[in-house]
Amino acid sequence: MAFMNFLKPNNKLEKGGRAAAPVQQDEGEPEKVCPNCHKSYPVSRILSNNNTCPCGYHFRMNARQRIHFICDEDSFAELFDDIKSADPLKFPGYKKKLATVSASYGGKEAVMCGTARIDGSECCIFVMDSYFMMGSMGTAVGEKITLLFEYAKDRRLPVVGFTVSGGARMQEGLYSLMQMAKTSGAVKRHSDAGLLYITILTDPTTGGVTASFAMEGDIILAEPGATVGFAGARVIEQTTGKSLPKDFQKSEFILKHGFADDIVPRSKQKQMIGNLLKMHSEVSII
Amino acid sequence: MSMTAYERVKIARSEKRPTGLDYINNIFKTFYEFHGDRFYADDTAIVGGIAYLEKMPVTVIAIEKGHSAKERAFRSFGMPNPEGYRKALRLMKQAEKFHRPVICFVDTSGAFCGIGAEERGQGEAIARNLMEMMTLNTPVISIFVGEGGSGGALALAVSDRVWMLENAVYSVISPEGCASILWKDASKADVAARNLKMTAEDAKNFGIIEEIISEDQIDKPIFYENIKKKLNDEILLLMKENDLLEKRYERFRAIGRPLVQG
Ligand SMILES: [Zn+2]
Repeated sequence: MAFMNFLKPNNKLEKGGRAAAPVQQDEGEPEKVCPNCHKSYPVSRILSNNNTCPCGYHFRMNARQRIHFICDEDSFAELFDDIKSADPLKFPGYKKKLATVSASYGGKEAVMCGTARIDGSECCIFVMDSYFMMGSMGTAVGEKITLLFEYAKDRRLPVVGFTVSGGARMQEGLYSLMQMAKTSGAVKRHSDAGLLYITILTDPTTGGVTASFAMEGDIILAEPGATVGFAGARVIEQTTGKSLPKDFQKSEFILKHGFADDIVPRSKQKQMIGNLLKMHSEVSII
Repeated sequence: MSMTAYERVKIARSEKRPTGLDYINNIFKTFYEFHGDRFYADDTAIVGGIAYLEKMPVTVIAIEKGHSAKERAFRSFGMPNPEGYRKALRLMKQAEKFHRPVICFVDTSGAFCGIGAEERGQGEAIARNLMEMMTLNTPVISIFVGEGGSGGALALAVSDRVWMLENAVYSVISPEGCASILWKDASKADVAARNLKMTAEDAKNFGIIEEIISEDQIDKPIFYENIKKKLNDEILLLMKENDLLEKRYERFRAIGRPLVQG
């Protein structure tokens, strides 16, 4: 099937996005230095460990890797992939930037949507992508997320969403701002229909995405060490002149202040999300 | 009409411009202010309560910037904390319960940016308002009277009608912020303002607002009289609306849709 080709690792870096068979160490393989423990490991070893360091540090993943890692094998069917950003304001340089990003990266927008199974349970899923213009939300992202919630509501499916975003895409101006209201409306209708929405906040989730669908889940989980917030930390530091707490806007901070249900490392996400889906399934055992 | 976008931004920010309380005092009668979000505090950047619009009890919510330096500091320069948005939502839910229309006056450079605001969930507060306003079962009209800064403004504007004063602005980011991110040069704010298309006229052309309110007589009582009459007429129409929530959903649903499909 076409979508299976799409899911195949695009390049060496993407291989091993899921927990895979042991990888043979070949001489001269590139190594990756962990910003947390400062040790370096072969790229393949990190990738086969859910793209996390043995010390627990979570490296970022692109949407394709994330889907490969979280969804049951071959279960992902992409939806709405024909939707692309327009340039509604004719903003200087935006069209060119979109073309460059699309060409170099291959992804068409900062979110991938579809249906999938996670540990055997059927769901709708969206995965944002920080490698596409920092996961910023413009009209295409807003439209795809909205369509997904409408699709899920019509078929009575839960939605699982992985957020990562620098915020609204300023090159689309007011159009991008309005996507916050539009997506929130779709989430509300899905919610009012009695359906489950789980968000997993990944590094970084900020700005207009935090202030809309990222914070609207019935269950909100966060990856360890992710930055999650509304205003940018540097902006806060500059405007207040205060030094920020050590864990400021990290998952641990979000949990402590009551804005996430739990912090879940990648190695436990699949099982937990699968279980949560089962516990909310409409045909659950009486 | 030869005014640049950035000139309008400066007018929208002017301390001399009427603020939220000026609109409340000049348009409504018997205003009772209700304080507090019932969770943490009362945010002085947002004023809310009930009042009469002509003979109709309504809920009024306004972001207040203040005029004097002292007032402006007291009002956090019109930058609401999460408590402000939660107070606004509490008053909106109260309006829904008692079948009162809601009128919001929006004037903010953005939601407050600070450690406490993050600790108390600024993102969550705004997100919740966006969600809940979409299904608030009573007419809601928002008027942008000065600055409409990003999510902090939108959190009071998921409404059936959004109107802007002719020199009000509405944007996803401040022109200075946009210029410093894109061109590493905040002094290019005028270029950013033009390109962000943030004037009332732009917003109307995009179908994001319904009407532009003239400022020709902004210093005269007739200015408020006209707004009062306009609000009254529109609310009476909205109260007869059978598909209020369906139309509100569609109002936002349609934005951007034709641009990205096909
Ligand atoms: Zn490490």
